[in-house]
Amino acid sequence: MSGKSVLRRVDWFTIFIFLLLISIGWLNIYSSTFSEENKSILDFSTLYGKQLFFIGISLVAIFILLSLEANFYERFSSVLYIITMVLLLGLFVFGKTIAGATSWYDLGFFNLQPSELAKFATALALAKYLSDIQTDIKRRKDQLFAFVIIIIPVLLVIPQPDPGSALVFFALVFVLFREGLPLIYLWIFFMAVLIFITTLMFGTIWVSISLILLIAIFLLLKRATFKVPILPLSLFFVIAVVFSLSVNFVFENVFEQRHRDRFSLWLRLEKDPEKLEEIRKTIGYNTYQSEKAIESGGFFGKGFLEGTRTKGDFVPEQHTDYIFSTVGEEWGFVGSATVVLLFSILLLRLVYLAERQRSDFSRMYGYGVISILLLHYFINIGMVIGVLPTIGIPLPFFSYGGSALIGFTALLFIFLKLDANRLKEWI
Amino acid sequence: MKKLLLSSIIVIVGITFIGRLSYLQIFSFSPNQVLEDTAIKAIYDYPERGYIYDRNGELLVANQPAYDVMVIPREVKALDTLEFCSLLGIRKTQFVDQLKKARVYSPRLPSVLVPQLSKEDYARLQEKMRKYEGFYIQKRSLRFYATNSGANVLGYISEVNESDIKRNPYYKQGELTGRTGIEKQYEDVLRGIKGVKFIQKDRFNRVIGPYKEGSLDTLPEQGKEIHVTIDKVLQEYGEKLMHGKRGGIVAIEPGTGEILTLISGPTYDPALLVGRERSKNYSKLHYDTISKPTWDRALLAQPSPGSPFKTLNALIALQEKVIKPETTIRCYNGFYVGNKKRGCHCGGGLRNMNSGIYKSCNAYFAGTFRKIYDKYPTTDEGMDVWEKHMKSFGMGDFLGYDLPTGRKGRIPNKEYYDRVYGDNRWASSYIISNAIGQGEVAATPIQLANMTAAIANRGYYYTPHIIKTISGEPITNPKFTNPNYTTIDKENFDPIVKGMANVYKIGTAKWLRIPGIEIAGKTGTVENYTKIDGIRTQLTDHSVFVAFAPVENPKIAIAVYIEHGYYGARYAGHMASLLIEKYIKGKITRTDLERRMLEKTLEAEYAKPYSGEEFKINEYVW
Repeated sequence: MSGKSVLRRVDWFTIFIFLLLISIGWLNIYSSTFSEENKSILDFSTLYGKQLFFIGISLVAIFILLSLEANFYERFSSVLYIITMVLLLGLFVFGKTIAGATSWYDLGFFNLQPSELAKFATALALAKYLSDIQTDIKRRKDQLFAFVIIIIPVLLVIPQPDPGSALVFFALVFVLFREGLPLIYLWIFFMAVLIFITTLMFGTIWVSISLILLIAIFLLLKRATFKVPILPLSLFFVIAVVFSLSVNFVFENVFEQRHRDRFSLWLRLEKDPEKLEEIRKTIGYNTYQSEKAIESGGFFGKGFLEGTRTKGDFVPEQHTDYIFSTVGEEWGFVGSATVVLLFSILLLRLVYLAERQRSDFSRMYGYGVISILLLHYFINIGMVIGVLPTIGIPLPFFSYGGSALIGFTALLFIFLKLDANRLKEWI
Repeated sequence: MKKLLLSSIIVIVGITFIGRLSYLQIFSFSPNQVLEDTAIKAIYDYPERGYIYDRNGELLVANQPAYDVMVIPREVKALDTLEFCSLLGIRKTQFVDQLKKARVYSPRLPSVLVPQLSKEDYARLQEKMRKYEGFYIQKRSLRFYATNSGANVLGYISEVNESDIKRNPYYKQGELTGRTGIEKQYEDVLRGIKGVKFIQKDRFNRVIGPYKEGSLDTLPEQGKEIHVTIDKVLQEYGEKLMHGKRGGIVAIEPGTGEILTLISGPTYDPALLVGRERSKNYSKLHYDTISKPTWDRALLAQPSPGSPFKTLNALIALQEKVIKPETTIRCYNGFYVGNKKRGCHCGGGLRNMNSGIYKSCNAYFAGTFRKIYDKYPTTDEGMDVWEKHMKSFGMGDFLGYDLPTGRKGRIPNKEYYDRVYGDNRWASSYIISNAIGQGEVAATPIQLANMTAAIANRGYYYTPHIIKTISGEPITNPKFTNPNYTTIDKENFDPIVKGMANVYKIGTAKWLRIPGIEIAGKTGTVENYTKIDGIRTQLTDHSVFVAFAPVENPKIAIAVYIEHGYYGARYAGHMASLLIEKYIKGKITRTDLERRMLEKTLEAEYAKPYSGEEFKINEYVW
C-alpha cells in the first residue's frame, strides 16, 4: 500500500481538530509555565519547550503509525497488550517514584509512563478478543473474559498508586455495551450511583419515597398493556432500600474523614456555609483555585499570558491536570466553551467513523478510543470546573506530559489508520 | 439505543460543561476583578493629610511621623529578648504574645509589633535595629496638634471600621478617616486621594512584578490644606475661661456667618487621641458619662434658652403689630396665669419694651406673648404664625452648618401640644412659659449665637460655617455666602437693639461694660430640673448670655451657656464680656474680672446632685 493512498483516505477532519487541540493545548502550557526572563520557545529546559519536543515526537509517531500495515495492529494486539502489562509489572521493580506514585521508567531524557501506553494496548486487545468469531458477548464466560482483559491493567495500576488511570480502563465497558452486553448492567450501575448520591444528599427516607413514586408512575403508564411484574419490582425496591441503608453505613463507618470531606464538598453536604468554605479552601484547595481562576476569566478572558492567577501559580498542577483552568482564565467563556465544543465534535466524529467500519475489530477499537477519550475529557474538565470530585487524570492533547501525549496520539491514529483502510478490508 | 448511547453521553456532557462554564464565567463573574483578585495586590501610596489653619493663618493641625516596629515572624532569628524588650519599652510577655499573634496572622507577612514609637524611642532603637533580624521600623504619619484646644471642633481621625468600608468602598482595612468635627466634615478635602500600584503576586504572596506593566497604577493626590474660621487666640482664651465649668460658647461674625470660636467645656487636649496612649485616653474620655468631655455642648446641648428668647418674642410682637415700643404693661412682681401667680425679679411697675428687655421683666413678655395669640381667632393660627417667625431665625431646626453633629432645638408647634395635651385641649395659658424662654422651647448655643447674629444684622443671618478657604480659595458655597432673611422687618429691630444695649448701660449686665465698646446683650437665667432617685429636683439655674458688639457695625455675636452658673450675668455674662473684649481689643483691661473667671470653678456645684445629701441651689456666695 502506498503512502499516498493513506493520505488520501485518512480522515482529515479528525486530524484538523486533533491539530487544533494540540496547538491550543501547547499555548496554554506555554502560558502557565513561561517566565518573563526566558521567552525562547525552543528551550528544552522549560516545560513548554519539552512539550514542544513531545509534540514533534508525536508527529513522527503519527507518520510511523500511518505507514504501518493496517492489519499489523490486529495481528499484534495481543503481543502489544502483553508487552505493556509486563512493563506495568516491571514498575514494581524498576519504577521511578514521582510525587508518591511509582508510575514511571526513567529513560534519562524523559520518563516513560507505561499506563498511558496500556490504554491503547488494552483497547486493541479487547477489540481483538471481542471480534473473534468464537466470542459471544451474550455468554457469561465471554463477558467474564472480556472483563479480565480490562481488569488486569487496573489491578497493575492501582498499587502504583494511580487510581485515576485505573478508572480509565473501566471506560472500555462501553465497547461491551456497543457489542451487545445487556444494558441492564449499565442501568444497575446508573441506579447505584444515583441512589448513592441521593442517599447522601436527602437520606434513605426520601430515596424510598421517591422510589415508590417512580414505581407508581411506571405502573400507571404501563397499565394498559402490561402484566404487573410484582416480584421483580418489589425485589428491586427492597434491594434499593437495603443499598441505600448500606450507603449510610459505609459513608459513616468505612470511609475516612478525607473521603467524607470530598463528598461533603462535591455534593455540598455540609450545610454550615462557613465550614463549607473552610473545606473548600483546604480539602478542595485545587478545585477552589481552579474554579476561581476560571470564574475570573469572565466572558472574554484576560487574554493570552495575562492570567494573573495562572502567573501567580495559584492553581496547583496547572500545566498538567488543571490546564483547563488556564484556558478558562485567559480565554474566558469563549475559549473554554470552544474547547468543550472541539472535544464534543471530535468524539462525535469518532462515533461516526466507528459506525462506518466494516470490520468488527476496527469498530470495536474505535469504540475503545472514544470511551477512553470521553472518560478523560469528562473527568478532567468535570473536576477542574467543580462538577466532579477530584480525580487526577490528564486532559487528552492538552495536559503536559510526553507519555500521555504519545499514548493519546497512538490511540487516535491507530484508529485513523484502520479507518483509512476500511475499504480494503477484504483485499 | 446501543449505537446512540455514547453520542448522547457526549452531547449531555458537553451541555453540562457549557452550562457550568456559563454559571462560573457569566453569572458569577464579578467585574471588580482587579481588586478581588488574590493574585494582584494593590499597594497604596498615601498622600499627606492636609494641614488645618485658623482664620489668621495660625497653624492648628499638622502631621508628625510615628514609627511602628514591624516583624516578619519567619525571618526572626534567636535574639536577646530581654534587651530588645527594654529597648522597646514593653514587657517580655507582651512581646511573646504579639509575636505569636503575628505568626498566626501570617509568618511571611509583616505585622505591627509595637505601634507608634515616639521620636525619642525611635532614635534609641534605630542604631541597634540591625542586630535584630526579622524586625524593622516603618514610618507612618500621625496628626500633630499645634494647639491644646478645640478638641471637639477639630475632631480626630481613627482607623476605619467595617461599616465605614461598606459605606464607602474607597477605604481599605487599616486606613484612617476623620471621625468627628472638622476632620470628619472635610475628610475628602483633607485626605486627598491615595495612589495605587498593582502588583502581581504568586500563591506564596511573593511579588513577581508589576501588573500589566503598571498601566492601571495611579499617583496619589495631595490632601488640601484648609483654613477654618476659628480664631485660635479666642478659642484658647475661651477654653481657659471655661476651665472648671461645663457649657458651650459660640461666637459668630455676623457679617459673614463665620464661627469665630466653638467652645465646649469640659474639654481635653486633642493630642490625647494620638499615639500609643490613644485607646486608653479614649476610653477614659468616652466613659466619663458625668462630665462628658467628648460631648460637644456648643452644638449638642439644648437647654431652654431663657430670657434671651424674649428678644425674639418682642420682635414678633412688633412685626405682628400687636404692640408698640411705648406700650406699657404693669408688672405686679409677677403675673397671673389663670389664678396662679408666676414671679418676676424686675422690681415691678410699668414696663415698656425698653425696660422690659433691660430689666428682663417676665410679666411684660407674658403679656406681649398673649397679645400675639389674641390677634388670631384661634390659638392654632397664632401658633402657626409664631412658629413661622421663630423658624426664620433658625430656631427649632438644624442650622445647616458644616459640622457633623447637631441638634434641632425645639420650637413647639400645635402638633407638639396636640400630642402632649390631646387634640385642642390646650390654650395660650398652657404655653405661656415660652414667652420667657422657659417651658417647651429649647435651643442649642449655636442657635442662640445665630439668633444674636441675626439681631446684630437687623434682620438676616448667614448660615454659620467653619470653613474659610480650601487650598487658599475662599469658599463659594451659596449656602454660606447668601444671607437668610428673617420674617421681621428691619425697622422693628431698632427698639430691641436699644433695649439690649441698655442691658449693659443700666440693666442686668451693667457691671460688665467694656470701656470703649458699646455692647448689646441679654441675660438669661434658666430654671432646670433633674431626677434624683426618681424625684424631680430643681438644680441651680443655668447661666445664659447672648451679646453682640459693637452695636453699630457688629464684629462678633456670642452666646454663652454655663450649666448651673446661676443667673445670666454671673458666669455667662462675665465670659461673654471678656471674650468680646479679647476679640475686639486683643487684650483684657479688666484683670480683676478675668482673674475671677479663671479662678472660679463650678465643680462644687456639679458635685451637689451626686453627693447623696440635701443641698441648696442658687446660693449667693460669689
